[in-house]
Amino acid sequence: MKISTLIAAGLVAAVSFTAAVAKDISGAGATFPAPVYLKWADAYKKATGAAVNYQGVGSGAGRKQIEARTVTFAGSDIPQKGEWLDQRGLVQWPMVMGGIVPIVNIEGVGPSDLVLDGQTLGDIYSGKIKRWNDAALKALNPKASLPDLPIIVIRRSDGSGTTYNFTYYLSAVNEDFKKKVGTGEAVEWPVGIGGKGNDGVANNVMQTKGSIGYVELAFAIQNGLAYTDMINSAGKRVKPKFDSFQAAAQNADWSKADHFNLVLANQPGASAWPMTVATFILMPTESDDAEAAAAAIKFFDWAYANGGSMAKELDYIPMPDSVVAKVKSAVWSKIAK
Amino acid sequence: MSVSEHRVSLLAQSAADRAKVLVSMATGDRIFSTVTRVCAYGVLLLLAGIMLSLVIGAWPAIQAFGLEFLVTRRWAPQLDEPVLGALAPIYGTLLTSFIAMIIAVPFGLGVAIFLTELCPIPLRRPIRVAIELLAGVPSIIYGMWGFFVLGPFLAQHVEPAIVWAVQDIPVLNTIFGAEVISNISLFNASLILAIMILPFITAIAVDVFGTVPPVLKESAYGIGCTTWEVVKNVVIPFTRVGLVGGIMLALGRALGETMAVTFIIGNSFQIDGSIFSPGTTISAAIASEFAESSDVHRAALMYLGLLLFILTFIVLAAARLMLARLDKRAGA
Repeated sequence: MKISTLIAAGLVAAVSFTAAVAKDISGAGATFPAPVYLKWADAYKKATGAAVNYQGVGSGAGRKQIEARTVTFAGSDIPQKGEWLDQRGLVQWPMVMGGIVPIVNIEGVGPSDLVLDGQTLGDIYSGKIKRWNDAALKALNPKASLPDLPIIVIRRSDGSGTTYNFTYYLSAVNEDFKKKVGTGEAVEWPVGIGGKGNDGVANNVMQTKGSIGYVELAFAIQNGLAYTDMINSAGKRVKPKFDSFQAAAQNADWSKADHFNLVLANQPGASAWPMTVATFILMPTESDDAEAAAAAIKFFDWAYANGGSMAKELDYIPMPDSVVAKVKSAVWSKIAK
Repeated sequence: MSVSEHRVSLLAQSAADRAKVLVSMATGDRIFSTVTRVCAYGVLLLLAGIMLSLVIGAWPAIQAFGLEFLVTRRWAPQLDEPVLGALAPIYGTLLTSFIAMIIAVPFGLGVAIFLTELCPIPLRRPIRVAIELLAGVPSIIYGMWGFFVLGPFLAQHVEPAIVWAVQDIPVLNTIFGAEVISNISLFNASLILAIMILPFITAIAVDVFGTVPPVLKESAYGIGCTTWEVVKNVVIPFTRVGLVGGIMLALGRALGETMAVTFIIGNSFQIDGSIFSPGTTISAAIASEFAESSDVHRAALMYLGLLLFILTFIVLAAARLMLARLDKRAGA
């Protein structure tokens, strides 16, 4: 009697387990948006009962998995070229945004006390500017008391979408950096100390006097680090804030971007933050499991509509409505449901 | 039946029993030897399997870079045709292990000699237990301690003084020179490594010192040797095989140590001759780059793994050779 109940219970559990697996939407990829995707998934499950599993395994690993079709969707911080996508039967669209901020550890310097521009930031990261009281830094910050200390450069040791976007920006605005370092997920840094992950860089900056690093804004805020302002492409000083990130996305010319292949770095606009990052979703146009694909689109649709405030709580920036409308009309229509 | 006949039959029977018992024992022996042989060959097979899968994984990089990989200083995975070389991680691995050994071997042996020869009896157990506990601390804990405590302390209070003291002395001002002193450097990583391997060396040394027959030591003391002379001429020569074995085990750990080193070495592919500069090691490079690598970059990391494998193998083989030569000399 007891045993048979146990077996029955086991069977029921097994059946319901497989049923749950069949309905699941699975995704993998970039770690940067993982917190917000997980939060959305949690709320979505409460609202609709459908589960979304997202594994933050890294942009590169996510792309591999979507190529092999082992997941329903992939997350990537790096937009892919149209050609690359077409060859693999994939489409991509931007899902949510964040911003990269320079963080510094100098005694008496708080958030937004200093301002940098692409030229000096690039010179610091290519090893040309070596001390905090360098003339270029003094010219940008005439009022700040910059110490006579060496600059300890902190950067990522692992391959990362953050590094890609950061080096993309610096290469765009600093010729010397472009020649010496270039753009990539992992580059050949001429100077500096490598930290693993955004938190590794944040920790190193916290521990090291006179250091500079770059992280997603959320990490700077959570760790109470002093971020700097930036001079943008319009020559204006901007703070890394919600509005300046949204301005970058709004001013970006998405209509010219083939397959949404657009990096938000160095976008025009007087109030645009120069190191804004959009993170992308990749999905196949023809999926083996059309049901799962449709369920995934439903989830993203829900997230665009209801996820904004949750994103903001975690210091992410929702996509502007104009971009969302374009994603729906130009991309989702291509996915076979 | 006479007494002698009875004895003969008993003997015959016991011979038969013995044969039976012997047969069953032989079967047991055969099973035992087969099982142990399978285990031993299994280890060899495993070793070959690991080696083979490393070679297969590294093959694209071996094809692309060949042996030049060993002497290339650049590590540029971002190029369309990546240029990847193992010189910086090999340099970092060997340098950190070397410095760690210089510090840990004399220190570890000193502690062991103190414990076995000089330490008051009531103190022996507590000190030994403390050292064994040190050996059991997970490496990530050493890494965190190095990152948050040791690194900042050295960078603020110790290293600037050394840099200043040697600034005008040629050679030394390269080795101990630094434009920028940060919490993170090859030297700090070496120091953490030294602290990590010290308990290994001490624990093994204490154990092997315990195998010296008391009569040998007593004889030496009896003819008037000092403690130092006893250690130098009796204890160490008697135990050198075990000592070298222990030291090599420690070196093996230092070469392969990953997490603690990744925390405080800086993961920077550079060679500038200074031990206060950031650097990288083979295992640290693999740990920090593997997850987000692909194609030839990943293959190059596998190639690095293969090199570490070979490096460790060479170290162990060299230790064996050294021991064999020592034994020969002792025998002559």
